[in-house]
Amino acid sequence: MAGSLTLDPSQLARAGGQRGRQSRWLRWLLLRLGGVVFVLWAVASVTFFALRLIPGDPAEAILGGPGSQASEEALAQARAHYGLDQPLATQYLVYLGRLAIGDLGSSYALRQSVVSVIGDTLGPTLVLAVLSLAAAVLIALTLAVWSTRGGRGAAALGSTLEIVAAAVPHFWLAISLILVFSTTLGWLPPVSVPGVAGLVLPVLTLAVPLAGFLGQVMREALLDAMESPFVLAARARGEGEGGLFWRHALRHAAIPAVGLVGWAFGSLISGAVVVETIFARQGLGRSLLSAVQSRDVPLVIGVVLVVALGYMLVTTLTDLADRLIDPRLNRRAQQA
Amino acid sequence: MVRRLGPLEVAAVATIALLALAALAPGVLAPGDPLAIDPLSSFESPSFAHPFGTDESGRDIYTRVVHGTGASLLIGLAATAIGIGLALAFGLLAGFGPRWLDFGTTRVIEVLFAFPGLLFALLFIVVYGPGVVTSTIAVGLSTAPGYARIIRSQVIRVRTSPYLEAATVLGRGRTARIVRHVLPNVAGALFVLATLGIGQSIVWASSLSYLGLGAVPPAAEWGAMLSAGRTYIASFWWMTFFPGLFIVLSAAATTLLGRSLQQNVRAS
Repeated sequence: MAGSLTLDPSQLARAGGQRGRQSRWLRWLLLRLGGVVFVLWAVASVTFFALRLIPGDPAEAILGGPGSQASEEALAQARAHYGLDQPLATQYLVYLGRLAIGDLGSSYALRQSVVSVIGDTLGPTLVLAVLSLAAAVLIALTLAVWSTRGGRGAAALGSTLEIVAAAVPHFWLAISLILVFSTTLGWLPPVSVPGVAGLVLPVLTLAVPLAGFLGQVMREALLDAMESPFVLAARARGEGEGGLFWRHALRHAAIPAVGLVGWAFGSLISGAVVVETIFARQGLGRSLLSAVQSRDVPLVIGVVLVVALGYMLVTTLTDLADRLIDPRLNRRAQQA
Repeated sequence: MVRRLGPLEVAAVATIALLALAALAPGVLAPGDPLAIDPLSSFESPSFAHPFGTDESGRDIYTRVVHGTGASLLIGLAATAIGIGLALAFGLLAGFGPRWLDFGTTRVIEVLFAFPGLLFALLFIVVYGPGVVTSTIAVGLSTAPGYARIIRSQVIRVRTSPYLEAATVLGRGRTARIVRHVLPNVAGALFVLATLGIGQSIVWASSLSYLGLGAVPPAAEWGAMLSAGRTYIASFWWMTFFPGLFIVLSAAATTLLGRSLQQNVRAS
């Protein structure tokens, strides 16, 4: 009985530390969430007001552009239906209010709700992006490891390969891959078909340029890490070169690469616009392009917001991952 | 001290020199007329007479690619200049202005980052319509936030340096400090950034042209040639392959040069 009431001071201190750490994480999380909400609001507002700058009558755009010669009544009806006859401030507030409950309006061109269009296309694009990111990391890591451990020749060849890969435009790579693997060899379909075979070329197209960028950063970080004091210390402790490389240096190479994932997400989405168009694959990128071409304002806003949300989620998660990989970041925050 | 150039850097410099020659005096490398049509020899595959083949109107693709160099490089250069110019203004405002301005510009950059990749460019094109000028500005705008973040940190590095403190103590005004101390000290980093960025700008601008949102045919510009060749990809690959190859060459060569400059700056 008595024993359970006495508290071990060291235990108390540990519990306090635990709570301190928890509240620090909580504060970090709340700050990040606040940042996400702020950026989303700003993106929504920028998009809303930017698209008001489009010359011409939005009601006309809804009814099929200037060539449609819509009657005055039809225009008035469209204006009333989409709330375009209200003052701008009212329109903005209504728009924000609808966004808050997840209503993105309906597409002018597809006569379908934007949410359902995005719901249909988001999945295929995410599959493409995640597979491409994984492939890119695999290629980049292989290149980086091979070129840092393979001597001078490998280093020069590796860095050239990375720079050339990073300089290749998606559309050109896609055309070249189709030329080799579909037209000449006939191994893979030139357009996206359901199943694995239809995914190989689109994924490769997106992965190779990204791998070029990631590889450059990873190799630099690997070289830096191999020369850093902690690797020297580990070497002095008698760890083998292999252990040094895989256990210590590689972890450090992961830090800048993880930091780049947010950027990589953006590059994958831009790439998806091109790749989905070339391979005739359903997805967010292709919907965005057709929305841009037909000036389908609600759909453009919807896709932009979804991409911005995805970007914010990815960067928040990578910040979190950064803190888990690199404890120094937490300690630095503690001192500040 | 400038390091001795390796074989790769020599190749990059030679490629850039050739591209510059093609841009400034295309007639030297390809004496023909890039717009001369010859319907009888349309869609010819690469041969001795037409090393890169011919397009749908029988125009020689080699001649068109060479004559398109100037416009294509100009678009890349202009987009990079727009991006870096904007970013410099942002970076100076953030690094030199009052605290609230730094806070404000940093938030603006953060918001712009949430339009990743070509997203901002596409939004810009929705508003202002497709075309060479809009797509160039669009690419410049979408690269600006990335540059701005780097330039801001450079400006802050200079601002907190002892020599700038000395200049402040000596009573130099803000403009004089920016012109005499900050700009020369960030110029090196800016130059490297620009060299690394040109390749990316060329690739992005040509991607927009390929999607039909940038330069339009029959201009002898690489992106426009790609856009025209898009219809014939399946049967006449050379129409898109060769202009694309030149985009890869110019982007890779400028990036290689940028990397090597970066290493020199770091080493010195």
